[in-house]
Amino acid sequence: MESLIGLLVAAPLLGAAVLLCGGRRLDRTGHWLGTGLAFLSFAFGLVLFTDMLGKDGEHRALHSHLFSWVPVGDFQADVAFQLDQLSMTFVLLITGVGSLIHLYSVGYMEHDERRRRFFGYLNLFLAAMLLLVIADNYLLLYVGWEGVGLASYLLIGFWQHKPSAATAAKKAFIVNRVGDFGLSVAIMLMFTTFGTFAFGPVLANATEAGESKLTAIGLMLLLAACGKSAQVPLQSWLGDAMEGPTPVSALIHAATMVTAGVYLIVRSGAIFNGAPDAQTAVMVVGAVTLLFGAIVGCAKDDIKKGLAGSTMSQIGYMVLAAGLGPIGYVFAIMHLVTHGFFKAGLFLGAGSVMHGMNDEVDMRKYGGLRKYMPVTFVTFGLGYLAIIGFPFLSGFYSKDHLIEAAFARGATQGWIFGSVALLGAAITAFYMTRMMLMTFFGEKRWQPDENGELPHPHESPKTMTIPMVILAAGSVAAGFIFNLGERFVHWLEPVTGYEHGHLPEPLNVPLITGSAVTAMVLGVALAWVKYGRRPVPAVAPRGNALTWAARRDLLQDDVNHVVLVRGGEHLTRSLVYLDHKVVDGVVNGTAATVGGLSGRMRRVQNGFVRSYAVSMFGGAAVLIAATLFMRAV
Amino acid sequence: MNPVNYLFLSALLFTIGAAGVLIRRNAIVVFMCVELMLNACNLAFVTFSRMHGNLDGQIIAFFTMVVAAAEVVVGLAIIVTVYRSRHSASVDDASLMKL
Amino acid sequence: MNALAAYQTSSGEAAQFWVLAIFAVAGALGTVLMRRSVHSALCLAGTMVILAVFYLANGAYFLGVVQIVVYTGAVMMLFLFVLMLVGITATDSLKETIKGQRWWAAACGIGFGILLMAGIGNAGLKDFNGLAAANKPGNVHGLAELIFTKYVFAFELTGALLITAAVAGMVLTHKEKTEKPLSQREQAANRVKEGTHVPPLPAPGVYARHNAVDIAGLLPDGSTSDLTVIKTLRDRGQIRDVSQEAVNDLAALENRTSAYQGRTTLPGQAQQDHQRAAAEGADKAETEKEVTK
Repeated sequence: MESLIGLLVAAPLLGAAVLLCGGRRLDRTGHWLGTGLAFLSFAFGLVLFTDMLGKDGEHRALHSHLFSWVPVGDFQADVAFQLDQLSMTFVLLITGVGSLIHLYSVGYMEHDERRRRFFGYLNLFLAAMLLLVIADNYLLLYVGWEGVGLASYLLIGFWQHKPSAATAAKKAFIVNRVGDFGLSVAIMLMFTTFGTFAFGPVLANATEAGESKLTAIGLMLLLAACGKSAQVPLQSWLGDAMEGPTPVSALIHAATMVTAGVYLIVRSGAIFNGAPDAQTAVMVVGAVTLLFGAIVGCAKDDIKKGLAGSTMSQIGYMVLAAGLGPIGYVFAIMHLVTHGFFKAGLFLGAGSVMHGMNDEVDMRKYGGLRKYMPVTFVTFGLGYLAIIGFPFLSGFYSKDHLIEAAFARGATQGWIFGSVALLGAAITAFYMTRMMLMTFFGEKRWQPDENGELPHPHESPKTMTIPMVILAAGSVAAGFIFNLGERFVHWLEPVTGYEHGHLPEPLNVPLITGSAVTAMVLGVALAWVKYGRRPVPAVAPRGNALTWAARRDLLQDDVNHVVLVRGGEHLTRSLVYLDHKVVDGVVNGTAATVGGLSGRMRRVQNGFVRSYAVSMFGGAAVLIAATLFMRAV
Repeated sequence: MNPVNYLFLSALLFTIGAAGVLIRRNAIVVFMCVELMLNACNLAFVTFSRMHGNLDGQIIAFFTMVVAAAEVVVGLAIIVTVYRSRHSASVDDASLMKL
Repeated sequence: MNALAAYQTSSGEAAQFWVLAIFAVAGALGTVLMRRSVHSALCLAGTMVILAVFYLANGAYFLGVVQIVVYTGAVMMLFLFVLMLVGITATDSLKETIKGQRWWAAACGIGFGILLMAGIGNAGLKDFNGLAAANKPGNVHGLAELIFTKYVFAFELTGALLITAAVAGMVLTHKEKTEKPLSQREQAANRVKEGTHVPPLPAPGVYARHNAVDIAGLLPDGSTSDLTVIKTLRDRGQIRDVSQEAVNDLAALENRTSAYQGRTTLPGQAQQDHQRAAAEGADKAETEKEVTK
């Protein structure tokens, strides 16, 4: 069984190598090869999963040591895998959703002449992401971490002929680098603290390291998670990342890669448990991002960017839950999995709509599409109901548990974070309803494209609709299945630990569930009042200051520009000034002084041997004088 | 008479030789002055030998002579070569090593 | 008495020292101050001989002999030999050309001498053991014992040094011809090509009363031609001008003839001749000086 773990990564890696090196002869079959290998990897995952189910909870983890990568004295970097329940969850999510999206891409990228390369990149991403989640030490995790960063860069900039795509790719890469820096520092700190970076020893000995060390490591890990998971303050790249093809947005920037930060935090739970300050920081980041993403999502007219804001917000939920400690880890992962289903489904639905509407992304130019694209409408609608937390769909369960866990923290923190989560639920309902209404309901606001043709909306091909249907089914059923007899909690408990929180006095579980549903209904109702009853203007109205800011992603780029770019420019300028005036001044001044003195001194060097002899002789006299003087003293 | 006087004479001759090196321009004369300085040293060594009652000082003087002979050979050869190319034995003429 | 003898010399040696020391210092000063390098060399040789005597007086019999044989004999001869090569008649100007050099040299020299002597005077060198014991088996015997035992490596090294020096002397003085020397035919061809001195150069001493190589030949008008003298002498400024001597000698001969024949010389004319000869002699001296410079 252990050897299968390596094959999990090897299959998509082989696909990437073959597709990227294979050349044009694979142009016609390459996409099927890539898809097949993704499904093969999924099959390996299923085999491993059934094998794992056959064991009892404590002994499910598998270990596989492949080879020793960098053995230098005490520094032992191994290529070794660890497949426990947490990794297994991710493996199934990644390979499952990944395979479906491969299948979807076959149809979506049909007319793209570089489709083979696209599938190579997708396979590369799968391999890197799998490596990230099954690594048994932080260094190997870092390899996967950088691998998905690379794949993300390549895929966002896949349509590199568009300057916006090329810029977005670079932006994503650079912002991610900031987070990667945090991860590398965290790994170095771990090595100096624990002498190793394998999960086992590090997490087992975490409590011995002392709180300040753990806080430092925790904050660095949080920085890493912020970069990869698009959390405030490193969130700015996710919106622009939507320049990539829609399957990429669905796979990487909604379902899998952006959740790597949550994985990192949950995996390092032992470290965060010992560092309350770092945990608080995680919660604050999660709560802020939750509202940030939701507000941005309300104002966007670009369907994909709206979904990107939503993704940011939902990952904020997960990060918030991960910050709560053992109460929240399980629910963070549960929400992550359900989110993987419905958000991937929503993105694929959005891609399907764009496919039918001549790649138009502005929702104000949609309207009334439900008759023309019934399958898309139904799958998108189910995903919509799941994300807003419609009772008994998967989002309902996972989000409800999250809100409960937030309140269960107790004290002021519990109230604040719980209220934020509730408010977030209301806003989620609002913007998702808005999206739904603007796209599928109301009157047609279709505009001719640049060729002057009105779009002819049509249902997408089977390769695209089948994944959507499967994902919609997952969106509907996953939460219910997970919650049946607290199945998911028992599944993950051996890895992440779990404790039942106690809600503060006036609250109880039905009350919170009721509030969540009420918040959802309020959000839906408000959206219906604003967008359902009245016709949607084809040109965005000016709106108030908040709307204006939200359309500009709450000024994230402006803040970055003012703080980082301008600041950097000023810093550089002052450094250049310093360099010119002070450093060069000192250097040139010294040189000029030495030069001037030398110019005078060189007159001594008149070239006459006899002059030199005089100085030698004088020196000898001085030496004798010194000797005599020292003897006399 | 105290034999220390030999040392005073040696110091005096050495100083005169050194002054000659500094004053004279003719390379051959300069060289002779160097020989004078070496001889002054030899006198001091011989006197030291007598003072200490052993022959080591004389051995040093002997070696000095040998080295001086070698030096004379090379030095004069250099002077001849320089004279051949510059038609001058003046040390001041060989003053190219300046700016 | 014995203790005294340890650091007192006999009065005979004292007298010898005081007399010879004066000559030694005089010789050293002469070496430094003589204008002609030949004189310097002779002064130095004198000083070295006196030093040899001092060595003998100090019980260094072997060194005394070596001093005379090697230094006064070999080294000084080598000096004189090189002096001959360079030009024995050349004199040095003692005028100082480097600014302040003489003052610095004097200051350093005096300071150095005073310090050295003060150091020796301060050293309290009262204890002279004498070489009677060390020289008992014979001075040469004692030296040999040391050289071939304790100092054998230094001795071997000095041997190597001497050989190296001999080779160096040969290498340095040997003139390497980098290009093939021109044959007579080629030289003649060059002369014709350049149009200078197509016929052979005039011989020295022609139309003069002396046939010596350092006397320039006379041109028909009585002036000298430097072309007739070899280049080395020309460079050294060792050309002798005897053009006026002949005229003067002729005048003297004519005067003697007149006296013998009882004729009276024309006083005015003779006066004129003498004046002219004197003036030219002065000119000649001037030119010679300049050439030397």
